[in-house]
Amino acid sequence: MTDALRFVLGGRVVEVPQADPAMTVLQWLRANGRCGTKEGCAEGDCGACTVVLGELDGGGHHLRYRAVNACILFLPQIDGKLLVTVEDLADGPELHPVQRAMMENHASQCGFCTPGFVMALFALHRTGGGTDDDTIHDALAGNLCRCTGYRPILDAARSLPPKDPATDRFDRAEGGLATLLRSIARPDALTVSGQGRVLHQPKTLADLSALVLAHPKATILAGGTDVGLWVTKHLRTLPEVIHLAEVAELRTLVEGEDRLDVGAAVTYTALLPVLERRLPALAALVRRIGAAQVRNSGTLGGNVANGSPIGDSMPALLALGAELVLHRDGQRRTVALEDFYLGYRRSDLREGEFLERVLIPYPRPGDVFATWKVSKRRDQDISAVCAAFRLTLAEDGTVAEFRAGYGGMAATPARARALEAALTGGSWSEAAVTAALPALDADFTPLSDMRASDRYRAAVARNLVLRFLRHTGGEEAYALETAHA
Amino acid sequence: MPDTALPPVARPIRGGVHAALQHESAAGHVTGAARYIDDLPELPGTLHAAVRLSDKPHARIVGVDAGPARLAPGVAVVLTADDVPGELDIGAVMPGDPVLASGLVEYAGQAVVAVAADSMMRARAAAKLVEVYYEELPAILTAEQALEAGAMVSPPITMARGDAAAAVSAAPHRLTGTLEIGGQDHFYLESHIAYAIPRDDGDLLVHSSTQHPSEVQHAVAKVLGIPMHSVAVECRRMGGGFGGKESQPAQIACIAALLARATGRPVKFRLDRDDDMLMTGKRHDFHVRYDVGFDADGRIRGLEMDLAGRCGMSLDLSNGVVDRAMFHADNAYFLPAARVTGHRCKTHTVSNTAFRGFGGPQGMAAIEHVVDEIARSLGKDPLAVRRANLYGGGLGGSPGRDTTHYGMRVSEPDLLAELIDEIERSSDYRRRREGIAAFNAANSVLKKGLALTPVKFGISFTVKHLNQASALVHVYTDGSVQVNHGGTEMGQGIHTKIAQIVAEEFQIDIDRVRVTASTTEKVPNAPPTAASAGTDLNGHAARLAARAIRNRLTDWVAGHCKVGAEAVMFRDNAVFAGNHAMGFAELAKKAHLDRVHLSATGHYTTPKIWWDREKGRGHPFFYFACGVAVAEAVIDTLTGEYRFPRVDLLHDCSGSINPAIDLGQVEGAFVQGLGWLTSEELWWDGQGRLRTHAPSTYKIPTSRCLPEDFRVRLFDARPNREETIHRSKAVGEPPLMLALSGWLALKDAVAAVGDHRVPVRLDAPATPERVLLAVEAVRAAAKAAGAA
Repeated sequence: MTDALRFVLGGRVVEVPQADPAMTVLQWLRANGRCGTKEGCAEGDCGACTVVLGELDGGGHHLRYRAVNACILFLPQIDGKLLVTVEDLADGPELHPVQRAMMENHASQCGFCTPGFVMALFALHRTGGGTDDDTIHDALAGNLCRCTGYRPILDAARSLPPKDPATDRFDRAEGGLATLLRSIARPDALTVSGQGRVLHQPKTLADLSALVLAHPKATILAGGTDVGLWVTKHLRTLPEVIHLAEVAELRTLVEGEDRLDVGAAVTYTALLPVLERRLPALAALVRRIGAAQVRNSGTLGGNVANGSPIGDSMPALLALGAELVLHRDGQRRTVALEDFYLGYRRSDLREGEFLERVLIPYPRPGDVFATWKVSKRRDQDISAVCAAFRLTLAEDGTVAEFRAGYGGMAATPARARALEAALTGGSWSEAAVTAALPALDADFTPLSDMRASDRYRAAVARNLVLRFLRHTGGEEAYALETAHA
Repeated sequence: MPDTALPPVARPIRGGVHAALQHESAAGHVTGAARYIDDLPELPGTLHAAVRLSDKPHARIVGVDAGPARLAPGVAVVLTADDVPGELDIGAVMPGDPVLASGLVEYAGQAVVAVAADSMMRARAAAKLVEVYYEELPAILTAEQALEAGAMVSPPITMARGDAAAAVSAAPHRLTGTLEIGGQDHFYLESHIAYAIPRDDGDLLVHSSTQHPSEVQHAVAKVLGIPMHSVAVECRRMGGGFGGKESQPAQIACIAALLARATGRPVKFRLDRDDDMLMTGKRHDFHVRYDVGFDADGRIRGLEMDLAGRCGMSLDLSNGVVDRAMFHADNAYFLPAARVTGHRCKTHTVSNTAFRGFGGPQGMAAIEHVVDEIARSLGKDPLAVRRANLYGGGLGGSPGRDTTHYGMRVSEPDLLAELIDEIERSSDYRRRREGIAAFNAANSVLKKGLALTPVKFGISFTVKHLNQASALVHVYTDGSVQVNHGGTEMGQGIHTKIAQIVAEEFQIDIDRVRVTASTTEKVPNAPPTAASAGTDLNGHAARLAARAIRNRLTDWVAGHCKVGAEAVMFRDNAVFAGNHAMGFAELAKKAHLDRVHLSATGHYTTPKIWWDREKGRGHPFFYFACGVAVAEAVIDTLTGEYRFPRVDLLHDCSGSINPAIDLGQVEGAFVQGLGWLTSEELWWDGQGRLRTHAPSTYKIPTSRCLPEDFRVRLFDARPNREETIHRSKAVGEPPLMLALSGWLALKDAVAAVGDHRVPVRLDAPATPERVLLAVEAVRAAAKAAGAA
């Protein structure tokens, strides 16, 4: 059995009866005459394929918009959603304010990246994005331009007039679009099969649990920011896929008294406002995971379950003592994250089991927590080294507890137990920390690769502890970000 | 002719030269309507191509099993080198570049087998099924290894003046050293693509994303064994080029053409990003050795320099690239005695190619490093040493110091001193230098650096015959004008500028002028759009073509109105002759009815240039384009991370045809140069395989990499002394080298760790890793110096 996909595009419901579940939204658009959206990399790293998705909010009357990379988004993932591409922005000859701003600021040269920038800015404009530079950079970090040097694009973003609900086309159309989206809302699971592949998209935890049990070899797809590449780059066929982003129970985020309880399908973007309140140090790091398009699709759960040695969230979760709730056939078990990884991209997940929730304890009052990522480029890069530290000092100023999580240093993200042991019980001072640093050599033997040499990784792993020492001493003035002219 | 003094159409023209117009495709860009080759509607039966790449750097091919690929779903044909009907080799200058590997692979990433199937994914899947059997051979991977082995794609040449060795020995001070300068991937957002469409009589139309349609035409004709008149190559626009689409598109187009010929069907070959980065050439990385003698003021007495470019497996354009590195080994500085030797190293890596600056950036990086180290060794501000070495008798130099090491007189030797004075003032260099010293004294973890660097870049192809251009202009009877020229549009705005030039010539609104796709059918035998000379050359040619028509119209008006030709004036969308006036459209119509020919070609050749490569002497450049930059950097000495709090640029765009476009070129080139020198690292593993072949691993700048305070100004006080088109100056490449200021500001910050007392070596790209390792080296050296 296969269902027809339905989504809204150009003010109409589009129905795709026999979709190949592994076809990307970008491939579909370009095959259907919408060539404004470009392929620059097919791996979600350049933003030329940026499109905007609209979804009904909880009340079912208003739309929430988010920019995503169409090149690593499978067509079934947009079932029931509004798809907006660069062709949809202008109203006849009347350009959208974003388009006008780009033209007036001479913000295109070769023009190939331009539709992607227009859509990223459109999403910023729709979400009422601020005009401060930090917000603009956050909105554009996933879009590469090789010609302009960005200044005119930034000026276009800075010059954008605030959205006027009285005249804004998309505001005026919102009621109609919401009606269309309600008309294609799907109460039950979706199954799409074609080209020898099948994709299941359950709506409830019970359905998901049954599907995983019935198809234990299936690939679990959350945001697709990594799985997408398995298809576009490694040409893997993925005969069975279970997509969990539409499972309502997995999209919940519970802000508890002493911990965050994060469903496996919660995107980074949904997580960020809560982190800003509860764990600002982690929020700062999450803003450097991928870029807006990736955070709009990607999930913490996916990052954890994937178990990549360079996943950026894990060092922090290890330092904080995060736990995972694993689910199999209605049964749950809780494991500490540090016990979850068994080796390179190997985890403790059993057959028929899936990651349901991530539990993140807050640092205790008085604890100091910080996490840093070091990479060649600040935005949308993968760590050479990522480290996170949590320090609890005893009354007498000695180290009661010190937890350090590292990424990029071994086959899996891991705690630096020798370092932790060397510091625990001693004084928290430059002398003590310096004396303890050689313990890191017992914890890790890093590799050399295209991101960094072993020597650099070892040096940075040590120096980040020194940075943390200064941080606990309140020395913020040294941060690069604040060292303005 | 009506006797009205002012016809209704007469009003000032919109968009002649010097107007800051928007790019001609701006509306198409922001709406997605501007079409690139992959956006062209596909003809029925279109096939898609993919290639099987070598994963060995150097090996004999002992067998190819394409059987499973031939049987894969959707596959129409699988081709190897044996199936090429014409010539196999498509080397741009000399043979060495087989369109498909034949018997031997010489880099990991070389195309061995080509597949056409009914979809791109199926073609790629089928290409993976091809089995190639190799017998591995020893591989040379770096320029240094090639120098040792004497492996060269072309013999070394030397440019020399005086007895450099003696001058170095006799000088009061001397420094020797080496430097590594990394390469760079072009990372145009549109990867390589060609769409080959069979026509009648065995002819072929090829849509190619290329800076050099004529070369693509030549190569396609060669591999198919058919005359050039049977091959048409067209390019409306590229999604970026930067030199990467000068010689490289030929192979892509040839593979599409071969598959189209073999199947009789249209074939599109679009490279996936990874294949693009693995298959196609990049900016040359260089290994530099220097030995310099200088006096107590830091003034260079003699310089011996070896510039060894890693050319890869074939010559491609490497002679020109390494030559240009040698030409710019002086940058802005007078070298009284010099011996500059350029080595063209043959390695088993991808054949490196043109990239914005074409070797100039590497030559300049080398000399700027040397000048910087001279300053450090003397305990001087590097700016003082730069000034002491400038060409010219003006503010910084002395008379007679105005000839390059290859014998060309610098015609505006004082311009750089003027620019430096200006930016030193406007950037507040002196006060900030003091502020930075205070900051560094007060901070142990963060260190700041400051650097001011000049750029003097020679404009012209150093291969003389490329310095020509043609254009074809049609005036239609409604007064609309179509312009075809030999240049190609890659985002740099050449079509906009040339439309402005033609509008200016006819004195009509720019809306009446349409510049068409570049095609070998309208303008034959064009040089590549490269060397920053696109507008210089094609703008002249277009003006000459327009002028030829205007002259005919002038004669016709003079006869018609019975006035002398000198009384005929084109202005305000009209022509005026005595008391007569006529709108341009009316003029075109009437002239045509009176059998005036309204189409013309123009051909331009650059004057004054010559170059004797054997002797290393000549006047290879029509003129120099100049600019200056001041960059401030701050580094974190715990991690090597850094930012650029402020950068000031002042670039000479006097006489600009379009200041908005030129500003975009300056800013864009600077940021691209900064990427080359900072975050863009090409990394090969021990087996000669490039491991940074996609944006996930190869990091070009993002918007946050911009200097936080970025002040860019166009200097416009000195129109070109030479008779360039409207006295403008070429701008495509020169500002890229302004980014050397950023690299040297990082170096200055590293030097601050050792209180500017010990030498610093900071190879490019200065990734956070290289910065941290340089910091550690400086700390160790300072400690050793302190102990001694």
